[in-house]
Amino acid sequence: MSSIHATSLPTGHALREAIRRRERSAEEITRAALHDAESLQGPLHAYIRLLPERALERARRIDGLVRAGEPLGTLAGVPVAVKDLFCLQGEFTTCGSRILENFRSPYSATVVEKLEAAGAIIIGKTNMDEFAMGSSCENSAFFPTRNPWDTTRVPGGSSGGSASTVGARTVPIALGTDTGGSIREPASFCNIVGVKPTYGRVSRYGMIAFASSLDQAGPMTADVRDAADVLEVIAGYDPMDSTSVDVAVPPYASELPDDLHGVRIGIVAEFEASIAQGDAALAALYKQAYKDLERLGAQLVEVHLPHAQYGLATYYLIAPAECSSNLARYDGARYGRRVDGDGDVYAMFDRTRAAGFGDEVKRRIILGTYALSTGYYDAYYVRAQKVRTLIKSDFDSAFAECDVIACPAVSCPPFELGAKSQDPLAMYLMDYFTIPMSLAGIPALSIPAGYVSDLPVGLQIVAPAFHEGRMLAVAHAYEQATQHAAARIPAVRSEGARAS
Amino acid sequence: MQQAIERNVSYQPVIGLEVHVELATQSKMFCGCRNVFGAPPNTLVCPVCLGMPGTLPVINRRAVEFLCKTGMALGCDVAPFSKFDRKNYFYPDMPKNYQISQYDMPLTTGGSVRLASGKRIALNRIHLEEDTGKNIHAGTSMAASEYTLIDYNRAGVPLMEIVSEPHIATPEEAEQYLSALKSVLSYIGVSDVKMHEGSLRCDANISVRPAGTSTLGVKAEVKNMNSFRSVVRALRFEIERQTEALTSGERIIQETRNWDDARGVTYSTRSKEQAHDYRYFPDPDLVPLTLDDATLAQWREELPELPLDKRDRFIAEYGVSEYEAGILTEDRSAAEFFEAVARACGDGKQAANWMLGDVRRSLEKHSLTLATSPVRPAQLAELIRIVAAGQISGKAAKEVCDAVVAEGTDPQAVVAQRGLSQISDTEAVGAMVDDALAANPESVASYKGGKAKALEFLVGQVMKSSRGKANIDIVRELLRERLG
Amino acid sequence: MADVPMDINQVSLLARLPLTEEEAQRFAGQFSRLFEFIADLQRLDVSAVHATAQVIPLHNAFREDEIRPSLDREVALENAPDSEGGYFKTPRILD
Repeated sequence: MSSIHATSLPTGHALREAIRRRERSAEEITRAALHDAESLQGPLHAYIRLLPERALERARRIDGLVRAGEPLGTLAGVPVAVKDLFCLQGEFTTCGSRILENFRSPYSATVVEKLEAAGAIIIGKTNMDEFAMGSSCENSAFFPTRNPWDTTRVPGGSSGGSASTVGARTVPIALGTDTGGSIREPASFCNIVGVKPTYGRVSRYGMIAFASSLDQAGPMTADVRDAADVLEVIAGYDPMDSTSVDVAVPPYASELPDDLHGVRIGIVAEFEASIAQGDAALAALYKQAYKDLERLGAQLVEVHLPHAQYGLATYYLIAPAECSSNLARYDGARYGRRVDGDGDVYAMFDRTRAAGFGDEVKRRIILGTYALSTGYYDAYYVRAQKVRTLIKSDFDSAFAECDVIACPAVSCPPFELGAKSQDPLAMYLMDYFTIPMSLAGIPALSIPAGYVSDLPVGLQIVAPAFHEGRMLAVAHAYEQATQHAAARIPAVRSEGARAS
Repeated sequence: MQQAIERNVSYQPVIGLEVHVELATQSKMFCGCRNVFGAPPNTLVCPVCLGMPGTLPVINRRAVEFLCKTGMALGCDVAPFSKFDRKNYFYPDMPKNYQISQYDMPLTTGGSVRLASGKRIALNRIHLEEDTGKNIHAGTSMAASEYTLIDYNRAGVPLMEIVSEPHIATPEEAEQYLSALKSVLSYIGVSDVKMHEGSLRCDANISVRPAGTSTLGVKAEVKNMNSFRSVVRALRFEIERQTEALTSGERIIQETRNWDDARGVTYSTRSKEQAHDYRYFPDPDLVPLTLDDATLAQWREELPELPLDKRDRFIAEYGVSEYEAGILTEDRSAAEFFEAVARACGDGKQAANWMLGDVRRSLEKHSLTLATSPVRPAQLAELIRIVAAGQISGKAAKEVCDAVVAEGTDPQAVVAQRGLSQISDTEAVGAMVDDALAANPESVASYKGGKAKALEFLVGQVMKSSRGKANIDIVRELLRERLG
Repeated sequence: MADVPMDINQVSLLARLPLTEEEAQRFAGQFSRLFEFIADLQRLDVSAVHATAQVIPLHNAFREDEIRPSLDREVALENAPDSEGGYFKTPRILD
């Protein structure tokens, strides 16, 4: 057995049902997933670390529950992968950085605890851009991850490892985080569903911070139903996170319709103008997607986001500013890597940080430190916060006209490794369509929408704050009608088949 | 003439104090670790207060309550909207290399501290922040140390910073300010206010200027003063140093100076190599505070009467002197004890006499305090009542008081056990007087013959026959009466 | 290219992140291009706009003053690059 699902694509809910019906054991599924992850590590490098013992022990526990006829959690026995910035008690958590390569967390992230409480089996920690800063997974301090649809190309980032392993169908579910597009862009690149929830919907406790006012954890899954299941498990108020919101979590998975009658879908005029100037095939793909939505019964309405064009500049002031402060703690005194030598404690701090951080992280720390410094704080940081207000109110106005927004998730299909790594600005521009939602704190997802030159592309669906259900419902109807992801098998599978 | 004036110019100090107070909450400011002094190093730490990756702060409600109550007690305005900011700088005892503090929207502004003299020192603000850990420098001095050891037990303890306006005129007034502040904080129970344990710490901003002028001079910030006494000494030293410097035509530079208690001097810490730009910005891990009127009203309701208000009321209500009232109100529980005694016996003056006299002496003798002694206010009130009623003698009363303070026994029981009650019944005493007169005719004669001293002999005889229990005032009165 | 009034060496000192000469030059060039975008923000009139520090309309997220268990000291020090006698250990601090 080379994969958990040789013929059709596995989903978490299908595996769960198989376990419930005792057709397959959690242990058997976990072994298969671990084996698959290992055999695909060569071509994909999706994982920083696999956790076979922990996973198998927990899988056997689930099998025990099944045998005893005990009640099972929503994700009982389903193998999942988590981005290596979620702390897992007793395990290494590197955040893709040399500075944390030997850090073993003494506690677990709330979302990880919730996943495990629902019966999920964490098989490994996935690769990522260092400290979640990047859009290609090439900023990992360890190795780049590759795209299962074309291993010469990037899987997107920063949650590239999670996207790659779900895209390869090694596991049906992974956790990622999204600060400016780090779930949605790799989801688009790897042909999976990626959900960035409303800011405050999911606890950030135990998730290593990049930019605290923007970071959100979310599911990256084989299909919309899995995304709905996972969101329902991980969402909710956490007393350990002051910014988590105490709003009831609806049963997302039980509210997934097959048509869109009565739904008003906003199409963003400014984004369409922008996409029309780029790749014609990509523009055509999105046009087709909107038509498909309309055919399902939705009413398309034009909406405007006049300040969305300022999103990138706003984001690259706010996120680095917060990051410069969040990453100050990595100094070699209490945990993580220390670079010793002559001199006092500050010399140690300086050496440790200079050696421990990669290029992109350094760039953002410097940029953010500058944006907060005396004389520039008002001109940069405060001004960015004000523009953030304008961007947020654009969405408020747009949602007065529509129920959800449909728009591009990306401005291009997955690109080749190295294509943008020398050009930070080109890399930053990858998040052009995803950043405004992050700044507004509203939920957005990417769903497979077809292929450009045999490379996957995602459609972005955006909803008002705390209306993830609405967005998942639209995505589900679209997915059921189009079946874009299910229609093809990732290249890494056919290559693997040829090799064996 | 002009020059002569310049040479003889006298300088006056301008002093402002920044007082850091550790709040006496159960747990730390942003996590559930116990907030207590003196635990073994790094035993009161968790991922949050160690600044581990992924951790988040959550505000301790009690710390906010304590700060607001302090503000209310000092007449400050509690802000309707307040927030926490990050103060960014690198220091090894600070786990995140930023301190969560309050920058432009502190919880309270304004207010004042009322000194015993009646003068009020205006406050600028009070804000809430987290304490840092402690560095232990291995070796004899910081400069000679090979390495530093860090204990993070104190990291994250809630810290309140009370900033005064530069309205303090003398070192002595600074001491009065600290003393008044300490008293208020201890009354409302928000801190242990122990300077030697670091739960109350004080930095001073001080400058001098020619008397009668109003422009401020260049200030020095003085740190590392570990007692009220060292604050006074350090400020005196600085006044002298700055005055001498100005008199001899030198310029004062703005700097931080540490107080060296052993040498009795302040010394410049030299500006650190570190660039200082704290880059304050709102902490995105926390949400703003908007305290509603009901909560504030409830906190206000819970405030006790403050020391100087109590002092003034004691003077008015119990007729005690300002000096007595001052001592009686130094400590809140002692003041409440006094008041309970005064109310129960109905004589505040007597209650004060006893509290400040025999009770205090007995406590000292038995190495007790009012808190550790078993004595209850009702017992002292009873003692005062039976003395007033003449049931026991003044001498016996001291003995009873001592027993009550040491053992907590009821005064009546002590009197009964030790047979200390006096006979004040005129009929019974009259019979004893008659007996004595009959038995000592020669003394009666000599008294009548003009020898006043003979009366004292007769008094002695009655006391002897009563074995000391007769009320001596009544004996004397009856003898005089019968001897005409 | 946008003119960025940044003293990169001063900023790196504040950030405790020493840069090599090569890094400093390369970053400066990259920032210069980014600041062309950032300059766009300066053209917006935001005088009447309030600053958004947090997108969620939350206030007063408190915890009660309750003690929760601390870490065992061995666990607290497990990740320490150096420790001694229950303390974290670092090179000396020169003040």
